[in-house]
Amino acid sequence: MPSPRYTREIPSRYRLEAGRCKGCGKVTYPARTICPSCRGEEIEKINLSPRGKVVTSTVIHVPPDDFLMEAPYAMAVVETPEGARLMTQVVDCEPSTVLPGLEVSLEFRLIRKEGKSGILCYGHKAVPVA
Amino acid sequence: MREVAIVGAGMTRFGELWNQSLRQMFVEAAAGALNDAGADRVDSMYVGCMSGGQFTGQEHLGPLMADQFGMTGVASVHVESACASGGVALRQAFIEVAAGVSDLVLAVGIEKMTDGADVTNVLATAADQELEVYYGVTFPGLYAMIARAHMHTYGTTEEDLAWVSVKNHRHGAKNDKAQFPTEFTVEQVLSSSMVAEPLRLLHCSPVSDGAAAVLLCPLDQAKQYTDRPVKIVGSGLATGSLALADRDDPAFLDSVQKSGERAFKMAGVGPRDIQVAEVHDCFSIAEVCCIEALGFVERGKGGPAAKDGFTAIGGCIPVNTSGGLKAKGHPVGATGVAQAIEIFRQLRGEAGARQVENARLGLAQNMGGSGASSVVHIFQGV
Repeated sequence: MPSPRYTREIPSRYRLEAGRCKGCGKVTYPARTICPSCRGEEIEKINLSPRGKVVTSTVIHVPPDDFLMEAPYAMAVVETPEGARLMTQVVDCEPSTVLPGLEVSLEFRLIRKEGKSGILCYGHKAVPVA
Repeated sequence: MREVAIVGAGMTRFGELWNQSLRQMFVEAAAGALNDAGADRVDSMYVGCMSGGQFTGQEHLGPLMADQFGMTGVASVHVESACASGGVALRQAFIEVAAGVSDLVLAVGIEKMTDGADVTNVLATAADQELEVYYGVTFPGLYAMIARAHMHTYGTTEEDLAWVSVKNHRHGAKNDKAQFPTEFTVEQVLSSSMVAEPLRLLHCSPVSDGAAAVLLCPLDQAKQYTDRPVKIVGSGLATGSLALADRDDPAFLDSVQKSGERAFKMAGVGPRDIQVAEVHDCFSIAEVCCIEALGFVERGKGGPAAKDGFTAIGGCIPVNTSGGLKAKGHPVGATGVAQAIEIFRQLRGEAGARQVENARLGLAQNMGGSGASSVVHIFQGV
């Protein structure tokens, strides 16, 4: 990934910044310029709560090259209390236990390393709430 | 709008075609379609290909393929909608003939996936790079999440999904163009290696090379080329969100429903009028979701359809008589056109051992990504 693009995505990845439409209340992660529900253009920035619930999940056994050392690993669509949904890995647990309904917290973690330029790429991963 | 017909079809075998390049496959399929129709010219061509650029390093496929086909000078353009590229090429050709802009238009789908590219990464470019792929998800992973949502919401089982593969391989065993014309048992599917839970290897379509082409012209000129033209009576295209997280119900494919509704409306028919269908079974769960979204079964009731024989040849609505993407192979850009060819053969009574009796109306549904684009065509025998 080129570093300018990575820089551009830091607000959502580092701070879980999302947008809420002032017209219809729809929350999108990351924030968008135009609301996908009502096409409203008045969007307020909000920060998501670092927790949520698994909507659906899988365990990846055949990974992309960059994640070869991590397989098998669980991935899930997680919904935060604000109604935003995001794709995350679910870690620090037995992958097969990650199923719809599981409560998780969202923690700031290293996601991947970019090969040639050596950039460490961060974001959030989910961890089951004990 | 003019009425439009398919008058010729040609395709390569699907599979690991090590000795054939992208251009050679194109020429074989395109020449097959022209020969089938006895035509010696085209006015325009659409080349559906997901990623010649990333699979083989070759872009600018419109003029390249026109040149290779000995037709330098004709209008020719590459169209892309991920795995729906072939179906979209067909739609563009249909629109151009219907609009009266051109009389003889070729729609070709092609893909060369086995030339050494990292297929998992190339296919993942059809998903949302910033929001999904970045975190390590794969295409089988996205469909696995759709499957788990369907199982969680509707009680669909792994065995239900396995039956989709078993059924499609039974059909594909009768197709000499298929990559894997081999039957499998439910036990074999359920004991194949895990790719992304709950999907196993035999729930997934293969990596394939291949090309498929159809020739279109106005219906009132079709008799010049064939005694048995097949009319395109409906065409619908729709989009959905790329990111699975952006969908209200991850177990339902909105774009498939919308594209189906648009095609049915244009054709003036409904799902119960269709006698044979090809749907986009890139993974077993995809067929389940597609038959629901197209209205062949109620929402949530698609799981047992293959097991119950409802979608088998001889059932209420035979689905994927060609073997589907699962058994026939899935050279992604070629798939949409190959689906249309299966319906073309069925409606002309040329499908041999997999012929559906008295098929008059057929449907082909081709989708891109995990359902971010979907294109549906409805065909009628003349």
